[in-house]
Amino acid sequence: MNWNIVLAATIKWVFMVLVFGLGVAGILTWVERKMSAVIQDRVGPNRASILGFRMLGLFHPLADAIKAFTKEDFVPDGANRVLFFLAPLIALVPGMLAFAVLPFGPGDNLVIANMDSGIIALLAITSFGIYGATLGGWSSNNAFAMLGSLRAAAQMISYEVSMGLNLVGMFMVFGTLSFSQIVYAQGHLLGGWLPEWGIVVQPLAFILFMAAALAENKRAPFDLPEGESEIIGYNVEYSSMRFATFFLSEFFEVVLIAAIVTVLFLGGWQIPWLDPKGIAGGWIRVLQVGAFVVKTLFVIWVMMLARWTLPRFRYDQVMKLGWKIILPLSLLNILVTAIVLAML
Amino acid sequence: MVKVKVIERPVPTVSTEIYLKEVLKGMGVSAKHFFQGITTQKNLVTTQYPEEKRPYPKRFRGHHRLMKREDGSARCVACYMCATACPSHCITIEAGEREEPYIQKYPRKFEIDYLKCVFCGFCVDACPQDAIRMDSDKHRIPAYTRQDEMAGNIDLLKLGGLSQARQGGKWS
Ligand code: SF4
Ligand code: SF4
Repeated sequence: MNWNIVLAATIKWVFMVLVFGLGVAGILTWVERKMSAVIQDRVGPNRASILGFRMLGLFHPLADAIKAFTKEDFVPDGANRVLFFLAPLIALVPGMLAFAVLPFGPGDNLVIANMDSGIIALLAITSFGIYGATLGGWSSNNAFAMLGSLRAAAQMISYEVSMGLNLVGMFMVFGTLSFSQIVYAQGHLLGGWLPEWGIVVQPLAFILFMAAALAENKRAPFDLPEGESEIIGYNVEYSSMRFATFFLSEFFEVVLIAAIVTVLFLGGWQIPWLDPKGIAGGWIRVLQVGAFVVKTLFVIWVMMLARWTLPRFRYDQVMKLGWKIILPLSLLNILVTAIVLAML
Repeated sequence: MVKVKVIERPVPTVSTEIYLKEVLKGMGVSAKHFFQGITTQKNLVTTQYPEEKRPYPKRFRGHHRLMKREDGSARCVACYMCATACPSHCITIEAGEREEPYIQKYPRKFEIDYLKCVFCGFCVDACPQDAIRMDSDKHRIPAYTRQDEMAGNIDLLKLGGLSQARQGGKWS
């Protein structure tokens, strides 16, 4: 085994997943509260302070972490202990793995595993996320948690299908399954001026993918598995750090989905009209990584906006939307794409 | 004839059925509030409570107080009207005899049980002497023991003041 490769991958993993992914996910717990407050004309959390500094409430995630660590770790009677303990981890880890195939910048150095079949790998890995929610609800021996996990399973499997189908259109257009290649291809200019971003060539797929992705990571308006007001959700029996892990995995998935949307539809690290081949190193490369980060944060912002705008769907509406609207439209999208590609 | 107000139901159109446009509109409203919120603090509805207090309305019914005569004793004549009017039976009065011939009684003990009081103000309305009022602009502060929830006449008199009202009675 070549240890240099392992070492390099580890370093990249630490920076991309732990520093960027988990860092942003941690801050998102604050952003979620603050943004909801600002949208609703409130002030939001601002009380946690260190030595009198409040920093707009930025210390709240820290306070939450301390609280989560010091609380009682409760296991309900009759719970399946092994699965109960594993479920939060199963929810968190696939997201972390999936980051491996996303390119943060041009070249081989800014992606952990530059796989040729990146999209397939990503879809395969993220599907594992279902197990976290499902097993968590099932193992905690609680009817409400069970309901939540059943909803989670049904919903995530339904939307998985359309998520995958929307990507089919993408790799028909770009002719590759590798994320890096797709980002390079998006630097190509249409008609000499319009960057060939995914959102330009596949606008319908973009909208459908966003909807499916929101449903996939179980956030409003698709937060049925959690449904705070009716069933409290698959994580109702979880407390302390285990609950926090579930929570963190949800935010981590937000970051992940935003990164995927950025890479596939918003040109990844591409800055329009600037070095589309990614050969200029130096400051331009830093800028390109910065562009990726900024785009990801923007997508997260849009997702948060949707979350605080739209009310929750009814369960049958979610299923109807998934199977009767998004799925046929995705198939239609593939058909139209195929016809257009054949005619060109 | 009963008048019935007919409310027009919004007719679903193609654009509302597609839902996407409405979603974007809604997100636009949210975004507007978002940018307003981070640039100006104008529309905030929050009161930062311990530092910033909302002014009480003029007729706020707060902690009771017993009003005083010129000599500092309670105006109350222990007539039991407030205790009778009180829906939660939380006023306990024990009458004592006064020296002056024209006022017979004073409250030796006047106790309000704040665990029972519902701050309805009936006692104030019932009093013929303007002796009890609730306009102290103060909350009853919760206490740790049941005994501390009883406010005696000494506490209530401390909050009291002079009343402009003419005291009733034959010789006054
Ligand atoms: S405010 Fe109402 S409940 Fe309280 S002492 Fe007066 S009459 Fe009784
Ligand atoms: S407070 Fe007023 S109503 Fe109550 S006993 Fe005294 S005089 Fe009578």
